[in-house]
Amino acid sequence: MPDDWQNGGFGLYIHWPFCAAKCPYCDFNSHVSAHIDQAAWKAAYLKELARVAALTPGRVLGSVFFGGGTPSLMDPDTVAEIIHAVRGYWATANDLEITLEANPGSVEAGRFAAYRAGGVTRISMGIQALNDTDLRRLGRLHNTREALAAFEIARKEFDRVSFDLIYARQDQTLTAWRDELTQALSLAVDHLSLYQLTIEQGTAFGDRYSAGKLRGLPDEDLGADMFALTQDICGANGMPAYEVSNHARDGAWSKHNVMYWRYGDYLGIGPGAHGRITLNGRRFATECPRAPGQWLRMVDNGGAELAPQALSKSDQASEFLLMGLRMRDGIDMTRYAALSGKPLAQDALQDLIGLGMLRQEKSHLVVTDQGFVVLNAVIAKLLEA
Amino acid sequence: MTPLSHIRNFSIVAHIDHGKSTLADRLIQSTNTVADRDMKEQMLDSMDIERERGITIKAQTVRINYVAKNGEEYVLNLIDTPGHVDFAYEVSRSMRAVEGSLLVVDSTQGVEAQTLANVYHAIEADHDIVPVLNKIDLPAADCDRVAEQIEDVIGIDASDAIRVSAKTGIGIAETLEAIVQKLPAPKGERDAPLKAMLVDSWYDSYLGVIVLVRIMDGVLKKGDRIRMLSNGTVHHVDRIGVFRPQMTVIDELGPGELGFLTASIKQVRDTRVGDTITHEKKGTDVALPGFKPAQPVVFCGLFPVDSAEFEDLRDAIEKLALNDASFSFEMETSAALGFGFRCGFLGLLHLEVIRDRIEREYDIDLITTAPSVIYDIHMRDGSVMQLHNPADMPDLTLVDHLEEPRIKATILVPDDFLGDVLKLCQDRRGIQQDLTYAGSRAMVVYDLPLNEVVFDFYDRLKSVTKGYASFDYQMIGYRQDALVKMSILVNDEPVDALSTMVHRDRAETRGRAMVEKLKDLIPRHMFKIPIQAAIGGKVIARETLSAMRKDVTAKCYGGDATRKRKLLDKQKAGKKKMRQFGKVDIPQEAFISALKMDG
Repeated sequence: MPDDWQNGGFGLYIHWPFCAAKCPYCDFNSHVSAHIDQAAWKAAYLKELARVAALTPGRVLGSVFFGGGTPSLMDPDTVAEIIHAVRGYWATANDLEITLEANPGSVEAGRFAAYRAGGVTRISMGIQALNDTDLRRLGRLHNTREALAAFEIARKEFDRVSFDLIYARQDQTLTAWRDELTQALSLAVDHLSLYQLTIEQGTAFGDRYSAGKLRGLPDEDLGADMFALTQDICGANGMPAYEVSNHARDGAWSKHNVMYWRYGDYLGIGPGAHGRITLNGRRFATECPRAPGQWLRMVDNGGAELAPQALSKSDQASEFLLMGLRMRDGIDMTRYAALSGKPLAQDALQDLIGLGMLRQEKSHLVVTDQGFVVLNAVIAKLLEA
Repeated sequence: MTPLSHIRNFSIVAHIDHGKSTLADRLIQSTNTVADRDMKEQMLDSMDIERERGITIKAQTVRINYVAKNGEEYVLNLIDTPGHVDFAYEVSRSMRAVEGSLLVVDSTQGVEAQTLANVYHAIEADHDIVPVLNKIDLPAADCDRVAEQIEDVIGIDASDAIRVSAKTGIGIAETLEAIVQKLPAPKGERDAPLKAMLVDSWYDSYLGVIVLVRIMDGVLKKGDRIRMLSNGTVHHVDRIGVFRPQMTVIDELGPGELGFLTASIKQVRDTRVGDTITHEKKGTDVALPGFKPAQPVVFCGLFPVDSAEFEDLRDAIEKLALNDASFSFEMETSAALGFGFRCGFLGLLHLEVIRDRIEREYDIDLITTAPSVIYDIHMRDGSVMQLHNPADMPDLTLVDHLEEPRIKATILVPDDFLGDVLKLCQDRRGIQQDLTYAGSRAMVVYDLPLNEVVFDFYDRLKSVTKGYASFDYQMIGYRQDALVKMSILVNDEPVDALSTMVHRDRAETRGRAMVEKLKDLIPRHMFKIPIQAAIGGKVIARETLSAMRKDVTAKCYGGDATRKRKLLDKQKAGKKKMRQFGKVDIPQEAFISALKMDG
């Protein structure tokens, strides 16, 4: 019997932990550093790559994702050498997707051609807002004009370009978001990640929020209205959601992210990177140390990985469900039952179907429009028993 | 054995926080009863909960040897009584076991309601009383004013009140000397048949039940066979001793002495406070006056949050009941909450102490249902039944009328807050009995229904008076009133654990307040939930909890899987703190919080 991960595919995630500045909403593993020894980092990534490649011989790689931090601060040369090494270690799919996250500043845009030459096939840009006041509030270093210019350059260099917007921002009205989203859709973009601003603990926004100093955030009702509006406008413009926050034209889905949501296997290297990897029929959760200095030292000493955790049946089933139901095309319940060792609880399932949150077609389970906006509650209910 | 003339038995009467425990500690310390290195604060409060809350639940004694100024050695027996109104009967028994009291009043605060309640116990027990003004080291101390207040309000001479700072030690020597000089020696006949009062008792896992006794007449020795007058049970005394304050075994206890006995008694239930103990043979048959069995006045249901813990709860309750004769329980089945126990308590503090102990010592999460009092239901056929639980309310067509217990509440309050206190009492269906002033403090006496007080009256009183009011009460009997059972329906299903008895005229207000509270307490679900209050079939208040509109994680990628899964596991654990009614999850705290009134 093939391993479960083959239903989701196999990908590689590379984490670059540095940013030019820390954004107040961001809880990713990012650090601001005055001096980065690019050569040392390149050597370390290549060494880690060799370590994880040895664990997964014979696999076919479907995607590579350079995330961060701000990977567009990497030397194009570093990116190119990593890609070159990757192609040497694994057979790759014909449509291998290699995405790099980029800041839409003018400096970064100047490197896009070099990234493309090095093998990057897709750019995902953190534009976040098309409004200079809000960009400043979000702590972004670029302005709208620079972002649009960077987008034009990316468009010329790459067949596939995506960008992120954050909405449900402080003092944002429904009308303002409608206008901004409409402007975004008017650009020649084929993929958009549209995230509602989430206040995370341990961020600058989190601290301000706890102190009662982050005002003007939308309430639950406005948040729900904005989500619904987003679905409507994007759908009407040929960019329906294929996942909770991700919208694309036909065929423009992010292969790498879909691999996560379909619960494939992925290697994660770089500070704080996580992985899921099936070895000898057992799925493990892997994690790398978060601090850049510690990561470098551990690479030197043979491998920057914390002790892998074997995932129990119920852990895997939970992860499959909570990732998979994020996709508009739903999940295969027989896969859930195989992972879990038992099918989904019928009473919870029937309740949720009765409430109009889920739709079942034979062994396929799909979240309805109504269910999507309360997906956390739907998943919690399914996993309650 | 000490001659009667050289024994002094006394208690300390004080309002909470007026320094009773500190003064007791200081008396113990200054007579070298306890070596300094073994001294800990509040020597006499042994249980964790007692120590933490600064309350005393069990009577404790300590024997102090004191060499007076006349050079003679005296035995001073201090009895520390529970100060709280819930334990009024225990206090009255402890008071009967001694001949005098130190009346401790905080010289910065003055007389409080609890001071009054306890000093009346002392006066009723014919005590000689020595007033002590404590905390004189504080700048706010006003001894003259407080002494005057003691004379005005209590009516005892306070002209030579001893001025003390238990904290710094000022006045301790004078206090000890006053105990010898001003308090009477006990009386008793050594040759008369044994007559001892059972003052209190508690369970010790090594020794069995420890019985605190005061010998009135006769002599009690190790090896004696004793008889309890109330139930005729006979026990063989295997140990006699006194507290210094640690247990110290001695050979015998004679008239006037306070001490303990053990007799391989298994259950505290077999030892009733106030009972008379005599010898099996040649004993007395004349009981000491005033004995009565403990009567719970407040009832509530205790249910395990996790129904799998029912047996653990049974075990915990049985163990606690072994050590507490005043706590009653019987199994209860609730449609909403499953299996649990209907428990009876002496009062709200007693309820809280037992509940805390179950949660803390036995690690069981509890749902506590609305506290209820006992209603007398006069049926059409002339019979009377006692209602402990609103869920058991019989069919109204069979009921002629209901009677509810009433109390006389005494409240002392600075006159700035008097208006708020009067309004609170009025809102709780109170009838004013008296209103007098002592300086800038008012003393208000109200006749109130107990059911308006058991729940959150004291919290409200503290809140409207910023903590300056003091409060005490006594039961005064039953009276008829227009009481009805109000049910609460959540998502159209009645939740029996939320049923309460209310006055007809106030039902709508209470019902409205409860459904509004529940609307805030119940988390939003994926569907809308009607919450209704009803009397019989008639809905008197309704709210609708709207469905949740948005609950979705914006970002979830490869690095988030672990965190999101753990979050789900945590939520699952959190759900264990909720109870499911039909399709609705109600958090455990809702059962109590829903009843709290803001006004």
